[in-house]
Amino acid sequence: MTTTVLTPSTPATSQPDAVVGRTRRPQPRIPLTRIIGVELRKMFNTRSGFWLMASLVITNVLATAAIIVFAPDDQLTFDNFAAAIGAPMTVILPMIGILAVTSEWSQRSGLTTFTLVPHRGRVLRAKFLAATTVGVVSMFVALVVGVLGTLLGSAVAGVDPVWNVSAAHFALIVLGSVLGMLFGFMLGLVIRNSAGAIVTYFVYTLVLPPLLGLLAANQRWFADVQPWVDYSYAQRPLFEGTLTSQQWQHLAASGVLWFLLPMAVGLFVVRRAEVK
Amino acid sequence: MLDMITVESLTKKYGRGMTAVDDVSFTAATGRVTGFLGPNGAGKSTTMRIIVGLTPATSGTVMVDGRRFTDLPNPGTEVGVLLDASAQHAGRTGREILTLAQRTMGLPRSRVQEMLDLVSLTSHEADRRVRDYSLGMRQRLGIGTALLGDPDVLILDEPANGLDPAGIRWMRDLLRGFADQGGTVLLSSHLLHEIEVVADDLVVIGNGRIVAQGTKSDLLAAAGTIVRARDAAALAQAMESAGLTFSGHADGSVRTEASPDRVGEIALAAHVVLTELRAAEGAGLEEMFLELTADTQREGAAA
Repeated sequence: MTTTVLTPSTPATSQPDAVVGRTRRPQPRIPLTRIIGVELRKMFNTRSGFWLMASLVITNVLATAAIIVFAPDDQLTFDNFAAAIGAPMTVILPMIGILAVTSEWSQRSGLTTFTLVPHRGRVLRAKFLAATTVGVVSMFVALVVGVLGTLLGSAVAGVDPVWNVSAAHFALIVLGSVLGMLFGFMLGLVIRNSAGAIVTYFVYTLVLPPLLGLLAANQRWFADVQPWVDYSYAQRPLFEGTLTSQQWQHLAASGVLWFLLPMAVGLFVVRRAEVK
Repeated sequence: MLDMITVESLTKKYGRGMTAVDDVSFTAATGRVTGFLGPNGAGKSTTMRIIVGLTPATSGTVMVDGRRFTDLPNPGTEVGVLLDASAQHAGRTGREILTLAQRTMGLPRSRVQEMLDLVSLTSHEADRRVRDYSLGMRQRLGIGTALLGDPDVLILDEPANGLDPAGIRWMRDLLRGFADQGGTVLLSSHLLHEIEVVADDLVVIGNGRIVAQGTKSDLLAAAGTIVRARDAAALAQAMESAGLTFSGHADGSVRTEASPDRVGEIALAAHVVLTELRAAEGAGLEEMFLELTADTQREGAAA
C-alpha cells in the first residue's frame, strides 16, 4: 500500500498556560419529578399536542350535547352520558400515549432529550407517569362533564337526574381507559414511529376482535382460552362495572401477554438502540 | 491544558461487516478548538453520537472530564451538544424548545431570553414554529440550546451548515472566545476553510479511520512534496527503491512526505526528468484533506 500515512502526533504541549479550567460546582442529579414536568409540557406545547388534548374536552362536550338533544327523556341517565363520553376517550387517550413516545423518534427531538438526560429508562419512566397522569386527570374532567350533562339534561327534560354509576364502577372505567392509553404507550415504545403505531393500534382494536370472535365461534378450544389470551376481551368487563375474581385473572393473564411482555421487549430494545 | 474529551480505540460495527468507526482515538483539550474533519459518511457523526451516549459503541471508551457522559449528573450544564439542528419537533416554537431544555437542566427562566439574545433570534422569530425556520435559524437555535447550561465543553456537528457568511464569522468568534476562556470545543465539519481558520488541533477521519491528527501547524508543516515527472513509472520506481512512501494521483502528480531536496536527488540519480517539484507546504489544509480522504476512499483500488 502506498498511501500516505501521517503519524499521529500528539498535540504540542507548548501552549500558553494562561488557560485555566473553570471551576465546576458539584451538580445534583436531575430529579425524576422535573423530567415528568418537562414531559407533561411536551404533551401540550405543539399545535397537534394541544388540539389532541383539547379534543378530549371538545368530544366530551359534543357527546354530552348529543345525548341531551337526541336521547329520549328516560335515557338521560348518568351511565349513558358516561358511555357516550367514554367512547371518544378510548380512542384519543391511546393516541396521546402513542405520540408521547413516538414523537421523540418521528420528530427526532430524542436527540436533544436523550442527550440532556442520557438515561432512556428514566425518560421513559417519566413519560409513562406523565401519560398516566393525563389519562387519570382527563377521566375526571370527563366525570365533571358527565355530571353537568346529566344535571342539564334532566333539567331540560324536566326529570330527576339518575345517578346510576357507583364510585367503584367509575374507578374501573378509569382503569380501563388508562390501560387502553398505556397499551398505546407500549405500541409507541415497540414501534417508535407515529404512523406505524397508530395503524397497529387500530388493527388491534378494530380488526383483531372480530377475527378472534370468529375464531372463538368456530373453534371450541379457542372459545375456552379466549378470555385468558384476548386482552381487549378481558378489558370489556371493566367498563361494565363488575369483575369476578376469574375475570381479574383473565385481565392479568392477557395483560402479561399483550402488555407487559411487549413492553419489556420494547424497553430492552430502546435502551440499546441508536438515536439518530 | 487538560484532555477534556478522551476517545480511546473507539469502534462501531454494524451488521453485514460494515465498520462505521474503526479504532478511533483522539483527545480534545481545554482551551483549544479541536476540528474533526472528514467527508460525508466518514464516521464523524457516529463518533459524536457515541461520545454523548446516543449510539452504543461496539468497543472502546469515551471519557468527558474523566467520566462517562452517562455518569454526568446534569450533562447539559457540563457539555453543550448540537448534533443536528433539524432534529427538533417542527411544531414547537424556538422559545419553547429552549424552555424545555432550561427546565430539564433546572436553570432560571431568564436564561432562555439570554440565549435568544446571544444567538440573535428576535422575539418574533423565537415565537415562530421551527418548521418555518431556515437552516441558519435552526443552527442558531441549536447553538443556543448547547450554550444554555453554560457548559465547559461544546460538541458541535457541522454547526456552520446553512449559516450565511456573517453567521459563520459570528460562530467562529463565538467558538474562539469560548475556547480562550478555558472551554473545550470539538467541532466537526467538511467546510475545510472554516476549520482551518478556527481550529487549533485537527483530527482527520476517512472511512471510519483516523488518517491524520495533530496541531494545525504540525499538520501544515508535514505537508511534504509534490512532484511530477515526464515518465511517471520511472519516478515511482526510483522513489520506491529509495524507500519513500508516496501516493500517486490521477493528474499524474505524486505526493510524498520527503523533502523536495531529497526527491530531487533521487530523480537526478535515476535520470528521471521532472516537470514539477515543489513543497506542498502552504498548499492549504484543503488539499491535504482531499488527498488524505481520497486515498482512504479509493483504498484497495489504488494500492
